[in-house]
Amino acid sequence: MFGAVLVLAGMSLPDRGDPRARLHRDPSAAGTPNAPSYYIRSPERDADTPNMVTVILADYRGFDTMGEETVILTAGLICFLILRRERSKEKRS
Amino acid sequence: MMRRDDDVIIGLVARTASPFIMIFALYVIFHGHYSPGGGFQGGTMLAAALILVRLAAGDDLAQLQFPRAWGTPLGSAGVLIYWGTGFVAMLCGGNFLDYAFLPLAGAAPHRRNLGILFIEVGVGLAVCGILTAIYDDLLEGRPRD
Repeated sequence: MFGAVLVLAGMSLPDRGDPRARLHRDPSAAGTPNAPSYYIRSPERDADTPNMVTVILADYRGFDTMGEETVILTAGLICFLILRRERSKEKRS
Repeated sequence: MMRRDDDVIIGLVARTASPFIMIFALYVIFHGHYSPGGGFQGGTMLAAALILVRLAAGDDLAQLQFPRAWGTPLGSAGVLIYWGTGFVAMLCGGNFLDYAFLPLAGAAPHRRNLGILFIEVGVGLAVCGILTAIYDDLLEGRPRD
């Protein structure tokens, strides 16, 4: 039942990247400038870089990437702490 | 149990392929401005090159290539490069992670370009170090060859 609702909702979504869809219009329905169109237009001018994915990842969304990297570091440190502790327990017994 | 480093062919292929995988990983990191790729992908490939040698060529050679104690410090160094870039930009008058304020030569777009490069290198080092460290941590306590 829930899956049927999901499929029904998915069928009425606009096509991906359709410029005439209401979601992708610039300005948006609320009359504000649309972030995706800015991200597509300006990487070459802002950061001298043709690859817009890199500019979005590292520049416009730099805080997000910083968080991702910190999450990876935390995962590594937790593995280190947990496994290191078990090894010292083995030594004691 | 058969020792893993007994097979000549597997060990030789792993030892030969590892530097080439590393070169391609560096290419993916440093060419991320112009083609698909970047720090996460390149760092994963670096870690794949290291783990390939760890899996196939035996413990002695792997420790010679990348000692067990380096993984976590390398990951921390990568994260420090990222945060340090942000703080240097902040100390030079801009917002945190605003690469246009980095003390580098060139116009603002060029400085942003270089700032993104620093970020990607930091991410690549962190991902490589942490993935290798996780692999090594999982092997802790295993009887050594």
